[in-house]
Amino acid sequence: MSGEPKQAPAEADASDAAATGPTEVETGADAVVRALENAGVEHLFGVQGGAIMPVYDALYSSEMTHVTMAHEQGAAHAADAYGIVSGDPGVCMATSGPGATNLVTGLADSNMDSDPVVALTGQVPTDFVGSDAFQETDTVGVTGPITKANFFSDDPESVGTDVGTAFALAKRGRQGPTLVDLPKDVTKGAASEDPGEPRTPSTYSPPETAAPEAVSEATDVLAAADRPVILAGGGVIKAEACEELREFAVEHEIPVVTTMPAIGTFPEDHELSLEMAGMHGTGYANMAITMTDCMLAVGTRFDDRLTGGVETFAPDAEIIHVDIDAAEISKNVEADYPLLGDAKAVLEQLATAMPRSPEADEWREQCREWKQEYPMDYAAPEDDPVKPQYVVEAFDSATADDTIVTTGVGQHQMWACQYWTYTEPRTWVSSHGLGAMGYGVPSAIGAKLAADDDQEVVCFDGDGSFLMTCQGLSVAVREELDITIVVLNNAAIGMVRQWQDAFFGQRHMASEYPWVPDFDTLAEAFGARGFRIESYDEVESVVAEALEYDGPSVVDAHIDPGENVYPMVPSGGDNGLFALAEDQL
Amino acid sequence: MSRNQNVRRDGLEGPEPEERKRPVGRRNSQGIRVDPEVEVEHEPRRTIISAYVADEPGVLARVSGLFHRRQFNIESLTVGPTQNEGYSRITMVIEEPDPGIEQAKKQLNKLLPVVHVRELDEKPVARELVILKVDGDEPDKVQAITEMYGGETLDAGPRTITVQITGDESKIDDALDAYEQFGIREIARTGQAALARGEAETARVDETHT
Repeated sequence: MSGEPKQAPAEADASDAAATGPTEVETGADAVVRALENAGVEHLFGVQGGAIMPVYDALYSSEMTHVTMAHEQGAAHAADAYGIVSGDPGVCMATSGPGATNLVTGLADSNMDSDPVVALTGQVPTDFVGSDAFQETDTVGVTGPITKANFFSDDPESVGTDVGTAFALAKRGRQGPTLVDLPKDVTKGAASEDPGEPRTPSTYSPPETAAPEAVSEATDVLAAADRPVILAGGGVIKAEACEELREFAVEHEIPVVTTMPAIGTFPEDHELSLEMAGMHGTGYANMAITMTDCMLAVGTRFDDRLTGGVETFAPDAEIIHVDIDAAEISKNVEADYPLLGDAKAVLEQLATAMPRSPEADEWREQCREWKQEYPMDYAAPEDDPVKPQYVVEAFDSATADDTIVTTGVGQHQMWACQYWTYTEPRTWVSSHGLGAMGYGVPSAIGAKLAADDDQEVVCFDGDGSFLMTCQGLSVAVREELDITIVVLNNAAIGMVRQWQDAFFGQRHMASEYPWVPDFDTLAEAFGARGFRIESYDEVESVVAEALEYDGPSVVDAHIDPGENVYPMVPSGGDNGLFALAEDQL
Repeated sequence: MSRNQNVRRDGLEGPEPEERKRPVGRRNSQGIRVDPEVEVEHEPRRTIISAYVADEPGVLARVSGLFHRRQFNIESLTVGPTQNEGYSRITMVIEEPDPGIEQAKKQLNKLLPVVHVRELDEKPVARELVILKVDGDEPDKVQAITEMYGGETLDAGPRTITVQITGDESKIDDALDAYEQFGIREIARTGQAALARGEAETARVDETHT
């Protein structure tokens, strides 16, 4: 582990182009750039290419910072993470054809998690559209099902407005990714209008407050409940409603469970917190959502990884469902009391309307007992190999509460959920609904650029997930980003192997790697700092050194390959029957 | 390929599944709480959904793509211009249980070009047109049946006769049965177009969408 990182030459020195004030609009591309400036965009993530070149050219003298990514998938993931951490849409850019199709995984991820993202894609000139021209893809067609809205811009004078509309739509109502496809002749064409501030179409009117009668019916039911629980979903963070949720829960002493995207809505060290529920949720959270008689669910779409089989999901509960998207009401689980509206506004309504607190001393006592009965402990023998949970906890103890955790997808992601104690919203960044391996490294980049200056970013990755997007290290080094990537290395696609153990007779087909690279050495080759953990006695010093290092570092943590993720509710299973070990599956 | 096969995989502590408290309730496969003693599922029913949409490129692809990827069972889909320039009406016949019909309406509503969606209940005015081509061996009999169904002969030659029948779905089904005896060569059906009956509006449209 040697030496200083090799510093790439400083970013193309465009300072001579004296960035002063907003871009003057002379072309469609200028209008695109001006629309982003008007929206307050500071960072863009993208990859250059033929059809998008006019837009990049217009960026040359803009004050916005463009981060050149190694791959467009990384650009989309970085923009997604940027959106999660900052609350404002992350912007990614790609050229036509392969550039656009490489964005697809990232956009699908943002769509599943309702993360605000704007994608700008180059397109072949309008005269060539439909002719199978070089690097032509029907980007609007391909991305239709995985964006909240997308647009094909065909007029230089309105292209800037389209971008503004896309930006506004990504953020307003139920958030999500939007895309504007930009034919090269349109971005090169003459334009003169400042596109103005981003605005949603006049016809777009997401609900704000819920109907007062519905609110009062719901609060009557909640106040009368014996076993109430709050299920916080990712929408609580999107709506900036964490304070309202916390106050409501504490005021009425209602236990809180979260979905995975909602990690951080409610402090996990609070006595009312039961942490995450669902497939790999805590035993106590799953007991609570199974036994509750009244669930206040806010900003969640009742994903199957949360509900297990719907037949056995909270079967005794009257469900009060707060959501901004009417299509989520009674989609998977019937809402007895649907409250259509913005989570922040509706939580305020609920707080005002609540006639009294539920009398639930026994229930709270029961929840406390469950916490004791199903502790999130793990067997950690003194001898090696190191348990992954121990590594997660070591980083948690060595970092501040506002540290941002990002992850790839797999076992390491679940350990990062379970063994890190989250207390603040927007400190947990992950690929929840899509489960996109490779999310880790690019999300750490996006998160770092959105984070406060002194806020640390730790990325937990798996060896499989890391291998999918580790080229992003080149970006982290070039941009001098102080991020710490911890590869929980078990030389396997561990979650798949866990399922093979449980459901496929231990037939480890295509899930174990005969070898994996030395990730610490790989990191050094990129110009990052590499560390390795092979035994318990190395953990403390490596954690300290990796965090201390001012720049991107990679910790190759060789963990016990025999460790699996528990508790576990099998797919479509009964949350109340979560397995604590493989023989219970 | 299974070098870790025999490695011990520790679980967590706690009462086993069979020792835990259990709820008494149950939901059905649609997530609706039901009496644990009875099996209750919504039966599919056939209904007409009408959508008033901005007539922009790709809108039909967006609508049909939505139905396809969300697995709504669609029987027919028609689209055509309305009295308002720039807007089209899409009429869909779907067969779904009530929750599926609700979902279809809500998901349609989320598409930006879709201005208004409603289910046409209470006996809408619904018509379909079929053009069918039969063997021309018995022109008189064909003519008789065409008249019986209030149809029209569009083309008659020595070998084939082509007729048009308009009506509700069951009338067209009946007519097709009646023509069967002549040997049906080809059929083109439009699918149903429909409007709400009487004063009721098929689409509630404000001035910005006319």
